[in-house]
Amino acid sequence: MPQIEIDVNGAHHSVPVEPRLLLVHLLRDKLELTGTHVGCDTSSCGACTVLLNGESVKSCTMFAVQADGSAVITIEGIGASDALHPMQEAFWKMHGLQCGYCTPGMIVSAVDLLRRNPDPSDDEIRAGIEGNLCRCTGYENIIRAVRSAAAALRNDESRHSVAELLPVGGSN
Amino acid sequence: MRPFAYTRTASSSAAVATVTADRDAKFLAGGTNLIDLMKDTVEAPALLVDINALPFGDIVEHRTFVRIGALARMSDTADHPAVVRIAPAVAEALLASASPQLRNAATIGGNLMQRTRCAYFRDVATACNKREPGRGCAAIDGINRQHAVLGGSRDCICVHPSDMAVALLAVDAIVRTRGPRGERSIPIAAFHTLPGDTPQIETVLEHGELIVAVDIPISRLASTSTYVKVRDRASYEFALVSVGAALSVRDGKIADARLGLGGIAPKPWRALASERALIGVAPSAAAFERAAEIAVGGARGYGHNDFKIPLVKRLIVKSLASVAA
Amino acid sequence: MNLVGAPIDRVDGRRKITGTARYAAETPLPGLTYAVMVESTIPAGTIAAVDAAAATRASGVIAVLTYENAPKVEQHKVAGMTDRNLPLLQDRIVRYDRQPVAVVVADTFERATDAASLVRIRYDTSVPALSLAHGSGYHPEHSHGDEPSVYERGNVDAAFAGADVKIDRTYTTPVEHHNPMEPHATVATWDGDVLTVYDATQGVFGTRSRLAVAFGIPPANVRVVCPFVGGGFGSKGSAWAHTVLAAMAARAVKRPVKLVLARPQMFGSVGYRPATIQRVTLGAKRDGTLVSTLHEVRSQTSIFDEFVEPSAELTKMLYAVPNVRTINTVVPLNAATPTFMRAPGESSGSFALESAMDELAYAVGLDPLEVRLRNHADSDPSKQLPFSSKSLRECYSVGAERFGWSRRVPRARSMRDGGLLVGMGVASATYPTNRSAASALVRLSSDGTAHVFAGTQDLGTGAYTVFSQVAAEELGIPVSSVRFELGDTNFPMGPVSGGSQTTASVGNAVSVAARSARDRAIGLALGDPQSSLHGHDADAIDVRDGRIFLRDRPDVGDTYAAILGRHPQGEIEERGDARPGDEKTAFSMHAFGAQFAEVRVDPELGTVRVVKMVGAFASGRILNAKTARSQYLGGMVWGLSMALHEITRTDARSGRIMNANLADYLVPVNKDVPSDFEAYIVPEDDPNVNPLGVKGIGEIGIVGAAAAIANAVYHATGTRVRDLPIQPEKLV
Repeated sequence: MPQIEIDVNGAHHSVPVEPRLLLVHLLRDKLELTGTHVGCDTSSCGACTVLLNGESVKSCTMFAVQADGSAVITIEGIGASDALHPMQEAFWKMHGLQCGYCTPGMIVSAVDLLRRNPDPSDDEIRAGIEGNLCRCTGYENIIRAVRSAAAALRNDESRHSVAELLPVGGSN
Repeated sequence: MRPFAYTRTASSSAAVATVTADRDAKFLAGGTNLIDLMKDTVEAPALLVDINALPFGDIVEHRTFVRIGALARMSDTADHPAVVRIAPAVAEALLASASPQLRNAATIGGNLMQRTRCAYFRDVATACNKREPGRGCAAIDGINRQHAVLGGSRDCICVHPSDMAVALLAVDAIVRTRGPRGERSIPIAAFHTLPGDTPQIETVLEHGELIVAVDIPISRLASTSTYVKVRDRASYEFALVSVGAALSVRDGKIADARLGLGGIAPKPWRALASERALIGVAPSAAAFERAAEIAVGGARGYGHNDFKIPLVKRLIVKSLASVAA
Repeated sequence: MNLVGAPIDRVDGRRKITGTARYAAETPLPGLTYAVMVESTIPAGTIAAVDAAAATRASGVIAVLTYENAPKVEQHKVAGMTDRNLPLLQDRIVRYDRQPVAVVVADTFERATDAASLVRIRYDTSVPALSLAHGSGYHPEHSHGDEPSVYERGNVDAAFAGADVKIDRTYTTPVEHHNPMEPHATVATWDGDVLTVYDATQGVFGTRSRLAVAFGIPPANVRVVCPFVGGGFGSKGSAWAHTVLAAMAARAVKRPVKLVLARPQMFGSVGYRPATIQRVTLGAKRDGTLVSTLHEVRSQTSIFDEFVEPSAELTKMLYAVPNVRTINTVVPLNAATPTFMRAPGESSGSFALESAMDELAYAVGLDPLEVRLRNHADSDPSKQLPFSSKSLRECYSVGAERFGWSRRVPRARSMRDGGLLVGMGVASATYPTNRSAASALVRLSSDGTAHVFAGTQDLGTGAYTVFSQVAAEELGIPVSSVRFELGDTNFPMGPVSGGSQTTASVGNAVSVAARSARDRAIGLALGDPQSSLHGHDADAIDVRDGRIFLRDRPDVGDTYAAILGRHPQGEIEERGDARPGDEKTAFSMHAFGAQFAEVRVDPELGTVRVVKMVGAFASGRILNAKTARSQYLGGMVWGLSMALHEITRTDARSGRIMNANLADYLVPVNKDVPSDFEAYIVPEDDPNVNPLGVKGIGEIGIVGAAAAIANAVYHATGTRVRDLPIQPEKLV
């Protein structure tokens, strides 16, 4: 069984994995990071979105072995209960969630969007998180949440950078 | 998913040799398409050779062409200034494909190799000649709204799902490969094959042959190119029909034209006769309509997909009008 | 205090944004094993042979259950609207495609999934019944609840024959699957004869009864737990086969079992909205007033159970029509059993009725809004009862104003925006107000906090939040001092979270329990010589911020914390029960709303984009404007989705669903939602409907929305699409 070296939310793991083990199941079943959800199994819904070396990917359609040597950030690494990321706060305050199942993936995608585009228009937000399906909210409040988080982050760039959780050079 | 062996290499010759030596081996790049198919047991490779460590990830602008490494990610390619400038249709097609997370993972080489979205191909409980040669095609008399109106055969009427490949037709891209018998360059229009009575064969690649890059020659024509796509949803969906078009106009006449069509054929479809008909005439609605009519000559609907014939015609006219403007 | 009605942030928000809310599949149990269902690949026939040898031999496999070796359980339902007959590996008969035919249990998910693909089953096929249009149907006893499936008031045939204007059209809606983002999941574990199940469900008590019946054990031996549900929309309102099969497998392997449906299996055995064929005839006078309405509904059910899509119920009461006939016919097909899906009946039925009303408006040359106003029902014409409250006229006017309905040029295909056609449409919305018996328990502690328990569910609707608000208000403490727990059969009983009834049912129980706890605490203070309130009259007391005081002398008071600190147990518990009163005999109770939509249609490509949607809804008292608004908006997008996107495509030859995934079964993405999108809450005070004065909000948002969009598409294009969804091929 291949052994992989992987940083998850800043913690290093050395784990033996079956080649067919999907990254999402490594996170959920072996590392007990169940905030990353499985919604569709086919890379369609985005509930399983995590950051891989700083970029959003769908962890249900990637083998854990493909993430060998990489740094992964899950929702648990975006912000903790007592140290929320502005994106998390915005989803809460703006009511960008109902059932909460799509929420972690939606937040991770939105964080990636702002990394590439710190001041997106509503249309750019809609395009930027097109790969995340929500069945409850009608998206309206999600757009408001991302807009509000973008403003908060622009006002305070130093805080809450997920990049600090990445190893040096890991954002390439 | 069936178990499989996994290996990785940083040497392209080793990768080629390993896959060449094993009929049941496959290359693994982004995996966004292959893993889905493995979950459905449509694909069950015995060995995956991970090629992500190969040095094919760069996009480099040369004097006469831009070279997109086969392992360049769709997102990086779509955002690359040289691609945006030299081949706007390609950048547009990439941005109209999939979603950011998939574009961050999927590669340019993998995009060319992705397999059809035909529901019968993807469901092992149904008949599909592509998946199991000789078993029949359930789509021809089945739910064929997504299916081909051009280029199909009695054995297969699937459509090729790539947006980018359609755009590459409009910019004369060249696929560069390395295989068991050395390197070669394949014009994009000659890269994919029609199903005929061997729908399981989809490209001219040999087993073990690896895409290393896609080259786009720098030309005025390519720099005018555009990609338009019609789908049910406003975003994040495969095309019902799509068009990659490029036109150059000199002295009021069309000097050169490219027309690639998507969503209507088992391979990215180049409307060569339409291109010829456009050359030398003044750009006009009538000329575009004639080109559109020529493009669908011989097209055939299978019931649910009949609408694609008028739809693609209208989209051709629209997109030609927009590149001419 | 005015906590109820305040738009507070959801109390479960922190857990959901940090990924720490645990859904059923995330229950950690030692020794967990993984079960995967194998489903049939034919719609009708019998299993001739099972070859499980390869699967059984595969590494890590613990058990392969098929009809040959599955333990005997009860497949048949007992009673109740949500109970279903289930295929539980008890016989060799295949009744529909994707029916469970085996369950594989292994030590890892990967091994179980792989082994499931190795189970080989040979079938003897028989001829399936697959056509709704041509199959033979019957009139069920009831269309919904106690409503007869054939209803008539007045004489429809005579009135229609004599009408000045006649509309006679057929509308069709396709099969739709709920597709909540969380796939159904069950984790089951046995301790002797006691079963604990962590289940994604809209009804922990319904699931408990079903499991008790299946295994022939007392309900008290079954505990069902569900603190979070990742959406349900009706699909988790019944206990389905996978839940029982997970428990069966856990018993067979004597270890805890997790069974999670893969997304394609969400198109298998967890219900769906059945396809409908609906004929609507409207007879009207030249001034647009209706003289007759006929609404015939043909919908599918399975060959082994009955579900009726009650599409014509709203037709009985929405407009003041003297002559109305509604008929439900169900056609049993070799398909899974359909079920409730967000506004069952009202959503599909309103597409037909409200499209027909639009057709009538054009036929008589009136504004579609005016036609509706002219037929406004001031009282319920079917029950001949007054409405407990009705603010439909206000909804029309608020909606029309906010939408800018006056911009609409009456003639179809008369408005343009550049090369695009512009259209505007309207429809009415209504949904009945239901409630069921429910109970809650409030425990007040010496730290001044309240712990509230109710065996209800929060599907994402905001139950945690609004019930915390209700408890806080009744107790006179801050919301942050309330800890609300739900989703457990160890808590007092609550009904299924369906039919938009949860707030009306459980909210009233929480209110009663909290008030009892407060009154008891006040009683303790008044009777306690150590309290400064000793000997005062209960009528003179007020409570705020956890402090009980004299209304006239606020400085004289005592706190919950102090009162309970002196209490020997340090806490008190009060239970509250609420059940429907006789309000139904005196009133007809419905929420109402108005839906407005504006579209842009590309005349060449046939693509439709909704650019503006405005809904105005009156649903009694709103407990939390934030969660309520989100429910309305979400419902409206379901209507958009129904209008433009959703269709389950079944191969007419094989009965096999061919788009069983979220790439091919389209639900709206972000960009499909109009940039100009709002739901307005029309204030409504209803003293008659229930003590809290609340009506349901979860379902009305979808009602009429698809019709409003279809009507807008007609207005834009002049093409009337009567067959959903509206796709490019229907417009070019």
